[in-house]
Formats: sequence, C-alpha cells, structure tokens
Amino acid sequence: MKLLDCPLIGRRPISEFDYVGEVRKPPVDCDTETWAGFVFNRQGAPSVLRERWYHRPTGYWFILDRDTLTDEVKAIVDHREVRYDIPA
Amino acid sequence: MSWKLLKYGFKRSHDEPRFFPEPKELKSHYDVVIIGGGGHGMACAYYLAKEHGITNVAVLEQGYIGGGNTGRNTTIVRSNYLTPEGVKFYDTSVKLFEDLSDEFDLNIFYSTRGHFTLAHTDSAMRTMRWRAEVNKHYGIDSEVVGRDEIGKAVPYMDLECAGHTPVMGALYHAPGSVARHDAVAWGYARGAYNRGVEIHQRTRVTDIRTRDGRVIGVDTDRGAISCGKVISMVAGSTPRITEMLNLPTPIEIFPLQACVSEPVKPFMDTIVVSGSLHVYVSQSSRGEMVMGASVDPSVLHSTRSSFDFVEGLADQMVDLFPFMSRLKVMRQWAGMSDMTPDFAPIMGKTPIEGFYLDAGWGTWGFKATPVSGKTMAWTAANDQTHELIEPFRYSRFADFDLVGEKGAASVGH
Repeated sequence: MKLLDCPLIGRRPISEFDYVGEVRKPPVDCDTETWAGFVFNRQGAPSVLRERWYHRPTGYWFILDRDTLTDEVKAIVDHREVRYDIPA
Repeated sequence: MSWKLLKYGFKRSHDEPRFFPEPKELKSHYDVVIIGGGGHGMACAYYLAKEHGITNVAVLEQGYIGGGNTGRNTTIVRSNYLTPEGVKFYDTSVKLFEDLSDEFDLNIFYSTRGHFTLAHTDSAMRTMRWRAEVNKHYGIDSEVVGRDEIGKAVPYMDLECAGHTPVMGALYHAPGSVARHDAVAWGYARGAYNRGVEIHQRTRVTDIRTRDGRVIGVDTDRGAISCGKVISMVAGSTPRITEMLNLPTPIEIFPLQACVSEPVKPFMDTIVVSGSLHVYVSQSSRGEMVMGASVDPSVLHSTRSSFDFVEGLADQMVDLFPFMSRLKVMRQWAGMSDMTPDFAPIMGKTPIEGFYLDAGWGTWGFKATPVSGKTMAWTAANDQTHELIEPFRYSRFADFDLVGEKGAASVGH
C-alpha cells in the first residue's frame, strides 16, 4: 500500500489524501495572454513540485515539495512561505 | 497439420522476413523526424510515405516499438463522444480501423463487440441521452437502452450493483470494438518501413535545435541530425520534449493503471464501462478480463503499478460482477497519461515553425491512432493544420476556446 506522511498524525494510506496540485502565485494586473498561461499551463516535466495536499480524516491542508519522477517527498513547507498579498 | 507447415518445420533455415530489419546508422539529414515509435508515430510515418510521398523520414524511439502507451492501453475503439468535434474525429478513426487488417495484410484482431456505458444516476442518464443525440446527429450508431436490454446482453452482470447503485440504463454503441494494440503499431511500422521510412529504436532525443524560431535539427544519444520538420508523438513524455523548446503546455502526467485476470471461458462479448464506478472491462480473445479504472490521484512520471489500484478496482468490479471475486489478477501495469484540462488532445502546428505536436492523449489515445497519424501527416506535409484537428489546436487555451470532452471520458477522473 502506498503511504504518505501526514504532518499532523504521521504515516497514513494514500487513499486518505486528496491531491490539490501545484501551489502557484497568480499574476496580478497582467494581459489576457499571461492570464491564460497561468490558468491553463503547468509545469509538466519531471521536477520537484511544490504542491498542496489535503488529509481528509483530520481536515488538514499542507504543502509538500515532492519529486514527481521518484515520488519522494523532499520537504514539508510552511504555509507562510507561499503566502502573497492580494492587491488592494 | 498441413504439409506446408511440416516441411517448413524440417527446414534448416527459416527465411521468414523480419518485421523490423536491423537498425542502420543514423543519416545526417531527414526531411521529417518523428519522435516516438508508438502507434501514432508509426501511423504518421506510414501516411507521410503512402499519401504524401515523403519517405526521407526517421522515427526515433527511446525504447522499443509500441512499448509505451500503445502496449499499455485496454484496446477499446469507439466514437460515442460528447462534442461534435470529438465525434467527427473519432468516427473517422473507427472507419479507418475497420479496414486496417486488409490494408496491412496483418490480422489486428479487430473485433466489434458493442459498448455499454452504464448510468447509475439520473444525471448520468441525462448525459447519456445528450451523447446519444449528438452521436445520432453525426450518423453514429448510438442509443440509450434500458435495463432489460443490458440484462440480455450481459447476463452475468448484477444490475442491482449489490444494492448500492442500481444500473438505470446505458448508452449503447454497437460499433465499439477491441483490437490487438501491438499489431496496430507493427502493421503501421512495417508499412512505413516498406515505403522507405527509417525506424530507429533505442534512440533518445536529447535536444531539439532551433534558429530564428524554426526547427533545424535534433540531438540524439546516437548523434545529431538536421531536419526541416519535427513531429512529437510521445504521449507521456511530451512535457520533456516541449521543455527542450521552452514551449509551455497545459499537460500534466498522471499514471493510468490496468490489469488482466486469469483466462476464463468466454462469457462476455461486450465492453462494459461504468463512469460512476470508475471501471471498464472487456474479455480478451484469450479469455482474460481486461480491466481499467481512472488515473492515479497525483502527478507522477512513472510506470510503476500499485496495490491500491487493484484493491480499489476489485471493490467496484465485484459489485458489477460478483463472481469475479474468485478470479485471480494475472498482470498489472501502468502507463503515463498526458492529461489536458478539457480532455481533448493537442494537435497540429505550434508557435515554433516546423515543430508539430500530437499530444494530450491522456486516457483516449489508442482509439485515435489511425486518424491522428493521417491528419498529422497531412498537417506536416502541407504545413497547415488539418480541418479535422483544428478544434484541438495548441492555441485554443490562449483563445479560451476549449473543447469540453470531459463528459465522454470513459470513466470519471
């Protein structure tokens, strides 16, 4: 069985988690083309991806750096690191 | 045993020609380089040579012919899609498939089975009616059928689904078929080879060279090649190729798994799909149950298969076919699906002159093998995107003009 470390309660079966996808910062005040690129385009090639996950039983959201070639979790990332200001 | 076979058996040497002769050295220049020796790549090479007279073509494959997703799918061919663009495109493919055995002089075991997409809810029934109407409008044999018809066609299925989610009806698509996927790639490859196309297996493309926004050649682990046109037909490896050109795409790679059971006596001659239960199943000509489900939950560039997949699949499958709880799983495997946001492929020209993309084949690539080969060959030969694949163009995302085929993916994702 595939397992993933929940930062709150430790190793759990992967079926308890939801994958949300890459954590990205939206471009603000940009042209339509840049916006379309943000909405649709993704980092598709193998890389270390910073991605959001959700652990259903605990209701806990967290962020991982994960190697998408080896499926190795490299780091757990603090939410404050990916925070950005919404323009007034 | 026939005399001919007996005599042949006693002969010292067997002069049966090889399907794919020993590889030669790479030439320094080709008119067209096709990256990827799967069904799509081979079909494209075949039609380039046959219909457009372009034979100075090299197909470069990092593994072996048909060893990627061509040999990993569950071999289903159908055209009962949801959007007019999808229906027209896949219908052309089904018609091409029907004649392939004759065209190749090679049996691709094309077997028309009939295809049931089960609906377990009111909303699923509504989608089925919608699909049936779109299909009929374009002349596709497709209709909504009730429980009685399903029960007659698939007598071993539990229409009550163990009481959880009773089957309410289904979309029935009579031309739904299965075919031997390897033979499709081999048939196209032999046809292309006989017309002068070079096939280089175990040849990995490491870079694509451009000058002033134009393709001028490719680097491989066996040396550099100059060429005027490059067609990328690599499915799960697409982002690695487009990264060489800094060409952004919406493609994300998710593993898609499948498995087969031990062979049993033929009892099911149809293909059964349930979007609500996320499973599809057909019986192969050898008697194995060929089964698949939805893609794995997270992005991964890997073809490892997992226990979670078989466990999840069995859970649903046993609801539909209770006796399958006694069957053993013989083999399981995974392929890398290049998923797009609108569940439609990305085909045709790109912003880079001479670079053509055939990608985003996600979980729906095998059934498009002939038509994508044909339309991509036309596109590369005329340097103009073929009208049938115009809706699937690369620029549709920037234009906010998506295709919206999600409702017709065989299982929910």
